[in-house]
Amino acid sequence: MDLMEYQAKQLFAKHDVPVTLGIVATTPDEARAAAEELGGRVVVKAQVKAGGRGKAGGVKLADGPSEAAERAADILGMEIKGLTVHRVLVDPTADIADEFYFSFVVDRARRGYLCIASVEGGVEIEEVARTNPDAVAQVPIDPVTGVDEAVAREIVARTGFPDDIADRAVDMVLKLWKVFIEEDASLVEINPLAKLGNGTLEALDGKVTLDDNAGFRHPEHDEYDDVEAAEPLERLAREKDINYVKLDGQVGIIGNGAGLVMSTLDVVAYAGEEHGVKPANFLDIGGGASAEVMANGLEIVLGDPGVYSVFVNVFGGITSCDAVADGIVTAFRLLEERGEPVTKPLVVRLDGNNADEGRRILDEAGLGGVERVDTMDGAAARAAELAAAGVQKG
Amino acid sequence: MAIFLSGESQIIVQGMTGSEGLKHTRRMLAAGSTIVGGVNARKAGETVDIDGTGLPVFGTVAEAMEESGADVSVAFVPPKFTKDAVLEAVDAAMPLVVVITEGVPVHDTAVFRAHAEQQGTTRIIGPNCPGIASPGQSNAGIIPADITGPGRIGLVSKSGTLTYQLMYELRDIGFTTSVGIGGDPIIGTTHIDCLQAFEDDPDTDAVIMVGEIGGDAEERAAEFVADTVTKPVVAYVAGFTAPEGKTMGHAGAIVSGSSGTAEAKKQALEEAGVRVGKTPSETARLMREIVRSR
Repeated sequence: MDLMEYQAKQLFAKHDVPVTLGIVATTPDEARAAAEELGGRVVVKAQVKAGGRGKAGGVKLADGPSEAAERAADILGMEIKGLTVHRVLVDPTADIADEFYFSFVVDRARRGYLCIASVEGGVEIEEVARTNPDAVAQVPIDPVTGVDEAVAREIVARTGFPDDIADRAVDMVLKLWKVFIEEDASLVEINPLAKLGNGTLEALDGKVTLDDNAGFRHPEHDEYDDVEAAEPLERLAREKDINYVKLDGQVGIIGNGAGLVMSTLDVVAYAGEEHGVKPANFLDIGGGASAEVMANGLEIVLGDPGVYSVFVNVFGGITSCDAVADGIVTAFRLLEERGEPVTKPLVVRLDGNNADEGRRILDEAGLGGVERVDTMDGAAARAAELAAAGVQKG
Repeated sequence: MAIFLSGESQIIVQGMTGSEGLKHTRRMLAAGSTIVGGVNARKAGETVDIDGTGLPVFGTVAEAMEESGADVSVAFVPPKFTKDAVLEAVDAAMPLVVVITEGVPVHDTAVFRAHAEQQGTTRIIGPNCPGIASPGQSNAGIIPADITGPGRIGLVSKSGTLTYQLMYELRDIGFTTSVGIGGDPIIGTTHIDCLQAFEDDPDTDAVIMVGEIGGDAEERAAEFVADTVTKPVVAYVAGFTAPEGKTMGHAGAIVSGSSGTAEAKKQALEEAGVRVGKTPSETARLMREIVRSR
């Protein structure tokens, strides 16, 4: 889970990382009040879980309360990388003498951790890494021994932090390491990490990604869950513990296993080229695939008005296909009982464990609008064709 | 022969007495695996009866190894306890630990993987993986045993159900070993480790590699194939049409920016001489052509 800047800063403050918290506002009036409270010049910053906010016009300076309200009015409701801005952070302006970059990140390639730091901060670090790679220090961290003072000193030395702030930088590195480990973050990033006019260091921005798998250790992280930003159907799916991602196509997709579902999206996209249709979503019913999960999955996919056909693609591994077929039959009945009978065509492909029995169950149930196709490619083509026909009928 | 797991393998199950552990121990036994016991400190000394086979429960992994000669552990322990369970197995110098558990915090995996590397006596497969199967010999994990039989193809995959799909499509040819390495950000055994092992295995003629969007493991594997692998390799990558920045289920399946996309992976693999299928069935077709032409 990615955090917004103000949430990341709250987490930093919890671990004594020097940071100014500012004031969060959800309306221009709140932004005005915030600027009044802070006094002087302020920065109004869009709070969304996306990078490149400045470039998108989501970060503006304001001279005083009325300008802060105007800037907030501009920024609130703006779309940045497809995300609507629901709140802004009003921060006092800082007296910046120098800007650095610092991060800890999970490094897939080394299968450990990496510290990335640079004295060329305040700009896009990818750009610095490209144009001036020597200016970006990359220090692998041993997950077993972690970062102690000696390692922190090495990081600071290799980055080339100026001598007058070296001790403060070491302290900062140790505190950020605590944030990274104790909060179960997979990314902790500060850009810019600023040296202020008075010689102190401060995190002027913050980006944190928390590891969802570690949620059991951090019930307090639940508050960061950004429900308002989620698509309503995605929200419903999350409540029902179903892995669903909404896309903008016409063919609803239900499958088991993330890899197979992704592959199904691809196969449908290829088949759809001919018919001008695309996959409408990603939905993984997972390993169990009980009738209830199937019903919930169908309900979510059919809840998308853009869907004209549904492709159920299941490979029975541990899950046997007769259970999946039973699930589909039950799902139809459950949805009928809920007053939402299935009216859109369904193409079902069952293969693998006990496929014959599953196919027999489906055939015998004689559900209206359900077609069985026995290969993945054939079923994808049929689902695309049906969706295209549905779109044409309107 | 096979890689990492053979008919000689003696398996213990960490978490055997839990519901998942019991269910899959039964399946592994039915698949012909040699299971020699389980580990649970609270139930040490008890015997678990599974379809007429009495399996001893040991208090520790070290004890299980000493008493039963186990050289493989399959872990079905819940995420909360996975780190300690794997560290225990590594400290006991268990040669192979297959971690099926899904939802292990990445910091826990980082620690037990690094510890295993430093000890140098344990190979970890997973976490969040379906395990490893050498059809006709042994099965350690949850890969259904009846999909396919023994043969001469090796398979390494990030994804469970795609593994099954490809094993099923090529069931007429069969497999030496199929390894599900898992899709988490940090994993114990990589595509490269498996490619090397298949290259060294005289009974494997060709390898299928299944990848998905996110990270650059496939790109690095491509480089390795170009430099080291002489056997034919066919690949499949899932996620060509996945939109950027959306997580598609696996922690590994995140696309951000230009690298990590399916297209980038396909390109890197093709440049390394690997034939890449557009769909699972096309991938199976490519493999069939290679096997037939030999």
